[in-house]
Amino acid sequence: MNDGSVSAAPRTAAIVWQLATVVDVIMETPTARTIILDVPHWPGHRAGQHVDVRLTAEDGYQAQRSYSIASAPQDPRIALTIERLDAGEVSPYLTEVLAIGDRLELRGPIGGYFVWDAAREGPLLLVAGGSGIVPLMAMLRHRAAALEHADMPARHKVPARLLYSSRAWDDTIYRDELARLMAGDDALDVMLTFTREPPLRWTGFRRRIDRMMLAEVAWPPAERPHVFVCGPTPFVEVAASALVELGHDPALVKTERFGPTGGSV
Amino acid sequence: MTESFISRGFRGRRQSGTTAGRLPPGQYETRDFPVLSAGPTPRPSLAAWDFTLRGPGEAPAARWTWSEFQALPHETVTRDIHCVTKWSKFDTVWEGVSVDTLLAEAKAQGVEPAPYVLAVSDGGYTTNLPLADVTGGKAWIAASYNGQPLAPEHGGPARLLVPHLYFWKSAKWVRQLRMMAKDAAGFWESLGYHNYGDPWREQRYSGDT
Repeated sequence: MNDGSVSAAPRTAAIVWQLATVVDVIMETPTARTIILDVPHWPGHRAGQHVDVRLTAEDGYQAQRSYSIASAPQDPRIALTIERLDAGEVSPYLTEVLAIGDRLELRGPIGGYFVWDAAREGPLLLVAGGSGIVPLMAMLRHRAAALEHADMPARHKVPARLLYSSRAWDDTIYRDELARLMAGDDALDVMLTFTREPPLRWTGFRRRIDRMMLAEVAWPPAERPHVFVCGPTPFVEVAASALVELGHDPALVKTERFGPTGGSV
Repeated sequence: MTESFISRGFRGRRQSGTTAGRLPPGQYETRDFPVLSAGPTPRPSLAAWDFTLRGPGEAPAARWTWSEFQALPHETVTRDIHCVTKWSKFDTVWEGVSVDTLLAEAKAQGVEPAPYVLAVSDGGYTTNLPLADVTGGKAWIAASYNGQPLAPEHGGPARLLVPHLYFWKSAKWVRQLRMMAKDAAGFWESLGYHNYGDPWREQRYSGDT
């Protein structure tokens, strides 16, 4: 946070609505789908930012929602990964109706706090619950793209750890890509925990994220890791409070919460 | 460019007759109470808690401890609230002290008003508002929600309540209102969000008219 300091109101250009075209779709899990978009006038984004999506029905009725960007800033196409909410108004459309070739109205990028830049040295700790992985994946992809040709010492200047909680293996978004990223990178650790059905013979964590797990996974507070926590509200409350209790500087713990106060991941 | 655009196959969910007209543009109604905040939830002790109202510059401040604050006249207000992340919640019931009450007490102690205020919270969060938007029965320091003490994740022990603006202006964990002779951007206002934030004019982001 900014310690109560203030700056002059910035004068910024408007974030305008534009029409993107769906160029690909990927089913990530039974309920989550990635939409790859070509956005003709995309101004670029930072890892962790989101877009607003606006749907318009034939009679002019409109609905808007915000979705995190999953793609790296280096990627010219924008990827959104959307979890289908059964009672949702917009997510069922995006996960089941929208098809390749369709157009989608959006504006962005939005948000300037929950962002990470690979040029910032020091450990990166990512803590994800469910589809909270999406903006954190943008950070890991950004890191991977920035370090593509880097040697190990350079990688170890920006070590990264992801602790990712999901209900079951089948619900784990990006699981193959996460395994690939980790296989090629000594300075990246991905740790999964399963809250309902761990895979057969799973030897890792098999419970909700708690203080003991974070103590085991996180760098010591003295190393001042940059921490990003994203997930449903109860998940973020538990994880962020535990990190502060463990001694991490609250100013280094950035959070993004979604959904109501009750939840299950 | 996009005025005639139609999302192929989108029907959407219309508002019911009773709520039509209460939703600002781009908002949808939720019955839950979502939580949005940029960092961990602060948990100050009530023994150490105080609230201050400070004049412009290094001017004197009026200060209330938790028990002094609780002894001030409280009001119960029922309002619709609108979050910039698109949800709106109707008929939320709050209890708190009107900013008018605090200002009157502070004025008696020599605190001068100024055209702008900055709300400053535990954890370093800030938000800026015109004085006119927190006076005249438009804003409260709320310490209870739905008849219960305000939960920490919703801003307890006390938050600013300015229901006619997007809800990021209703600073959680508020500890101070600081008078300012000149406007200055707060936390989200300096990170791309609108300086004023009127939901009925859909002033979400800096640059929205």
